[in-house]
Amino acid sequence: MRQSLLALLAKEPAHGYELKQALETIFGSAYPSPNIGQIYVTLGRLEKDGFVRSVDVEQANRPNKKVYYITATGREALETWVEEPTEGPRVRDEFFMKLVLAPMTGLSDRMALMNRQRRHYLALMRDLRELADQTDPANRVALLLIEGAMLHLQADLDWLERCQEDLP
Amino acid sequence: MTDTPVVRAVNLVKIYQTGALPVPAVRGADLTVDAGEFVAIMGPSGSGKSTLIHMLGGLDTRTSGEIWLDGRRADTLSESGWAVLRREKIGFVFQFFNLVASMTVADNVELPALLGGAPPRQARERREYLLGELGLADRADASPAQLSGGEQQRVALARALANQPRLLLADEPTGNLDSRNTRDVLRLLGKVHTQGQTIVLVTHDARVASMADRVVSLLDGQIVDDGAIPKSRRRPAGGVGDVVELRS
Ligand SMILES: Nc1ncnc2c1ncn2[C@@H]1O[C@H](COP(=O)(O)OP(=O)(O)O)[C@@H](O)[C@H]1O
Ligand SMILES: [Mg+2]
Repeated sequence: MRQSLLALLAKEPAHGYELKQALETIFGSAYPSPNIGQIYVTLGRLEKDGFVRSVDVEQANRPNKKVYYITATGREALETWVEEPTEGPRVRDEFFMKLVLAPMTGLSDRMALMNRQRRHYLALMRDLRELADQTDPANRVALLLIEGAMLHLQADLDWLERCQEDLP
Repeated sequence: MTDTPVVRAVNLVKIYQTGALPVPAVRGADLTVDAGEFVAIMGPSGSGKSTLIHMLGGLDTRTSGEIWLDGRRADTLSESGWAVLRREKIGFVFQFFNLVASMTVADNVELPALLGGAPPRQARERREYLLGELGLADRADASPAQLSGGEQQRVALARALANQPRLLLADEPTGNLDSRNTRDVLRLLGKVHTQGQTIVLVTHDARVASMADRVVSLLDGQIVDDGAIPKSRRRPAGGVGDVVELRS
């Protein structure tokens, strides 16, 4: 979330609540609605690192509000983040660990684990399909995010099938 | 409507005897599908999915075991007996379409309904509805050879549904489709399923499989899993919060 907040602040200064709303508008229902506390914690850390600063703006009849803006250091950090290649998907998969280690625990056999996991993946896929159906067709960002999640899930299922073929 | 299952296969076995060695493709499958159920069959390539679904549609003979369709013993039928049964009760979507090359798309889709005794007007209306749902309304007068693989596959699905069959059998019906066309197929499958269509389909596509009530997994010719796709545990009201994980 650090980088998303920096990117939003690179466009214009904003206070915490505006940042929350901007994230919601851009990513739609595909994005977990960020909790305002989390946003302020992250802003606090960014400020400590010198990436953003804040000013208190007085408001009539209301407490002051804190407006954040990006610093030169923050802009540099943001540029580095945008330009460096992004890590590939995770290489350590929790389910795979369970699968490999299951026979040692004597608790569950691999076949049962794999079958349960397949049904679980399909249940997740059903959620994603329903979410895509409920998403505003004009929100390309949210739909692409959902499509990405579906493609990852498909890859997980294909991998599961390979495990089922090759693990004794 | 009765409680008789639409499909009941008992200890179904298929051993191909084409080469020097016998190939056991399906090894003792038991499967029951109730009216209105949607069952997805999954499994690695070569695990026997096509063989199983072909046997259920009478397109491959069984080596042993029983097949009951709508309460009637079917595995003992002659080839012409199966042909009649298919015409009356089964819509089949092949992995490689099998459209009649000399007929237009429209005629391909209307044919099963006409053979099933539907009045021409009704057959035409059903055809127009199905092609429309699959984004193919403007291809009605084309011949199959003029269509892309994905278009032919959707025509094959429309044809299989023309007769509102008791049972829809489909072998990888989205295997050649891009993401948008797959969405059209999913929407249509969802609609007919809601209207009570019984569906058994083979698929690798998790989006398709996730439409089903139940998933049957094959491995080396055996059913290793058969059960409902669970309701997801973390069903949020408005949106799925964990499509992306937030990292602070
Ligand atoms: N006509 C055939 N003659 C001989 N062997 C076949 C024939 N059709 C399929 N097989 C074999 O039977 C097994 C299951 O095939 P199939 O049912 O097509 O699997 P799937 O559809 O799951 O990929 C495979 O080993 C395949 O090579
Ligand atoms: Mg096959």
